[in-house]
Amino acid sequence: MKRLSARRRHPLAGLVVLLLALGAVGGLYSAFAPSGTAEAADDASSLQIQEGKGLYITSCSSCHGLNAEGTSDGPEIAGLGAAAVDFQVGTGRMPLQSREGQAPAKKQLFTEEETVAIAAYVASLAGGAPIPTAEQYAADGDLQEGGEIFRTNCASCHNFIGKGGALTRGKYAPNLTGSDPKHIYEAMLTGPESMPTFSDGVLTPEQKKDVITYIKTIAAEPDPGGYAAGRIGPVTEGLLVWTVVIGALIGAAVWLGAKPS
Amino acid sequence: MSTPETPAAPPSPAAKAGAGVATYLDERLGTNAAGKKNLRKVFPEHWSFMLGEIALYSFIILLATGVYLTLFFKPSAQEVTYDGVYAPLRGAHMSEAYASTLDISFEVRGGLLMRQIHHWSALIFVAAIFIHLFRIFFTGAFRKPRELNWLIGNGLLTMALIEGFAGYTIPDDLLSGTGLRIAEAVILSIPVVGTYVQFFLFGGEFPGDDIIPRLFIIHVLLLPGIMLALITVHLMLVVVQKHTQFPGPGRTNENVVGFPLMPVYMAKAGGFFFIVFGVCALLGGIAQINPIWLFGPYYPDQISAGSQPDFYIGFLEGSLRAMPNWETNLFGHSISWNVLVPGLILPGIMMTLLAVYPFIEAWVTGDKREHHLLDRPRDVPVRTAFGAMSIAFYLLLFINGGNDIIGLTFDISINNVTRFTQVALIVVPPIVFVITKRACLGLQRADLNRVLHGKETGIIKRLPNGEFIEVHAPISAEERFSLMQRNTYAPLAAGPATDEEGVPTPGHKVAKVRAKLSKFWYADDMPKPTPEEYAELTAGHGHGDDHGTDVEGHGH
Repeated sequence: MKRLSARRRHPLAGLVVLLLALGAVGGLYSAFAPSGTAEAADDASSLQIQEGKGLYITSCSSCHGLNAEGTSDGPEIAGLGAAAVDFQVGTGRMPLQSREGQAPAKKQLFTEEETVAIAAYVASLAGGAPIPTAEQYAADGDLQEGGEIFRTNCASCHNFIGKGGALTRGKYAPNLTGSDPKHIYEAMLTGPESMPTFSDGVLTPEQKKDVITYIKTIAAEPDPGGYAAGRIGPVTEGLLVWTVVIGALIGAAVWLGAKPS
Repeated sequence: MSTPETPAAPPSPAAKAGAGVATYLDERLGTNAAGKKNLRKVFPEHWSFMLGEIALYSFIILLATGVYLTLFFKPSAQEVTYDGVYAPLRGAHMSEAYASTLDISFEVRGGLLMRQIHHWSALIFVAAIFIHLFRIFFTGAFRKPRELNWLIGNGLLTMALIEGFAGYTIPDDLLSGTGLRIAEAVILSIPVVGTYVQFFLFGGEFPGDDIIPRLFIIHVLLLPGIMLALITVHLMLVVVQKHTQFPGPGRTNENVVGFPLMPVYMAKAGGFFFIVFGVCALLGGIAQINPIWLFGPYYPDQISAGSQPDFYIGFLEGSLRAMPNWETNLFGHSISWNVLVPGLILPGIMMTLLAVYPFIEAWVTGDKREHHLLDRPRDVPVRTAFGAMSIAFYLLLFINGGNDIIGLTFDISINNVTRFTQVALIVVPPIVFVITKRACLGLQRADLNRVLHGKETGIIKRLPNGEFIEVHAPISAEERFSLMQRNTYAPLAAGPATDEEGVPTPGHKVAKVRAKLSKFWYADDMPKPTPEEYAELTAGHGHGDDHGTDVEGHGH
């Protein structure tokens, strides 16, 4: 220490301190810098974004713009996040089939990997809700609670048990009974088409899980009463009565009323 | 038939025992005289006479299964926490009525089966009333002396609709609560007194605690009691007035041709009961109906897409959905035409027209005679056309009741379905009327042709001169008689407007309306051939298609 303190008035001391200070600040900066640079350093992730960008440019940008800023043909999607992209592309709704009515779920154009790549690219532009993890949408929530939330918030469009329903002007709330739980979760999170957004402030992640638990449990539940005719209630019941049942009873009447010969 | 020569066989022990019972009862109740008369009562043969029986038998099944359900159902709006076996609702808050219906479905032995048989029978009951009504209407069985029984039948139909509504409302599930809410809205739409009536019925604001127990009493006591009494009167009148029959040889307005109640009809009717019961039980066993556990308990702030009533309420649902959104504000009070018209006024008009139709027709016809011989629908084209037109109107309303299901299933905009219905309700019934009437007249003409020229044999002959003709064979005398045993009415004349003194005839304006209507009803009918015309047309040579056979026969 003596040697060091003896040289503190050395003409070059100021320079050395300055260098040390700069080194320390630089070191601290590189230790605490935002993950952007760290991600950029991650080869796999940046490759995925690169791939996603390529797919985006060829298949999405004509409507949504080169930077996802939107055009006259499609809305801005920068900031919507990976969950929205995964839902729209993962269910085949995007790329759009036609501009009329509502985008139907159809055969996916992209593989799971490509979908995730596009989602990662769009997310890299301006963040947004990430794709939920399998743990988040596992069907092991509170069944009764899920039913109550579903009947209060969802049934008015999607029907008691998620069989779907008509909206105005050809739009509709799709049938959920066969939907991928991940997509149900993403739909709640991002509110596609006419659907309202159920952000985590409105429905907590736990409650979203409850809803998925309810939809999936009821869909898998057997019908204790027998053949349920599509489970859509009085319409098919009435149809059955007026065709098969009344038909059979009139047939019986004709048989009984036939003249003995 | 009888063989008087055969010595009477000694009575079997069973016959002896039967005679003993009969004597015992007769000595105490005087049953033999009544039995002699009623067991020999004759029923005419036609399958369509058994349609009303379907309604009767399903009503009996409803009573039987309903009694079982009342043993377990708790008609209470008291809030409870469900802790039964159905996991998706365990812990949910619900009314005691809904909880007990869940218990009936999942925990009471045979409960779900009984519920399902009950509900299926209810649908069959109302559907059977409809087809029975169609038979009565299209064959003119409502004519004198049966007008009052027609009114009783109308009353039974109306009560069946209300009974059914009350029945599917009391489980207090989310679907039935939605229906109750609509019913409340319809009540509220009555001008001036609507809110008072609503408070009276519900005992306060919707839904309140009173409506479930009240609907329960209406469903299990009040309406079934009245209906049972009316069904008894309905059937007693059939006995008193005798059964109607289709025209045919030996059948007149004064007799009934058919089989006696004992043993033929006893066996047929008894067998038919078991067929109906079997169908109801089979459906109850294998086809799920009204799965209230999927619907969840009713809360007024919840609603489901695709909510539909049972089919017999569907026409009201459809009229509500077809109605434009009209409202009037009068002295600070809203008159909701959009609910009042489709919910009360339209069904009121429909039921009233149905009820008074026999009286309108009797007046237009001016016919005061009794009618026990039925009309074939083609023989009264205007009546048949009115019937078809009404069914078309009803069906359009009914279809629009499911406009969302139709829109979703067939990928059509729900707005377009509704718009289509609105236009079709005005355009389609008149078209159906005209088509039906023309079809009936065409069939009349075909009948006439058959009587005068015989039936087509499908044999084509070539005459020596090269002409091709189809050989017609004469029809049997029985068939000819049946075809021509119909009523023909000449249109009524209005009579002179004034008498010879120039004094206006009283009631001439009414007579003119009546004459016009009568002309509308009957002017287009094919006249029956007179005996002279018939003799001339069918006598040997020189006529149409018969010519060919004659040429052949006589070997020109």
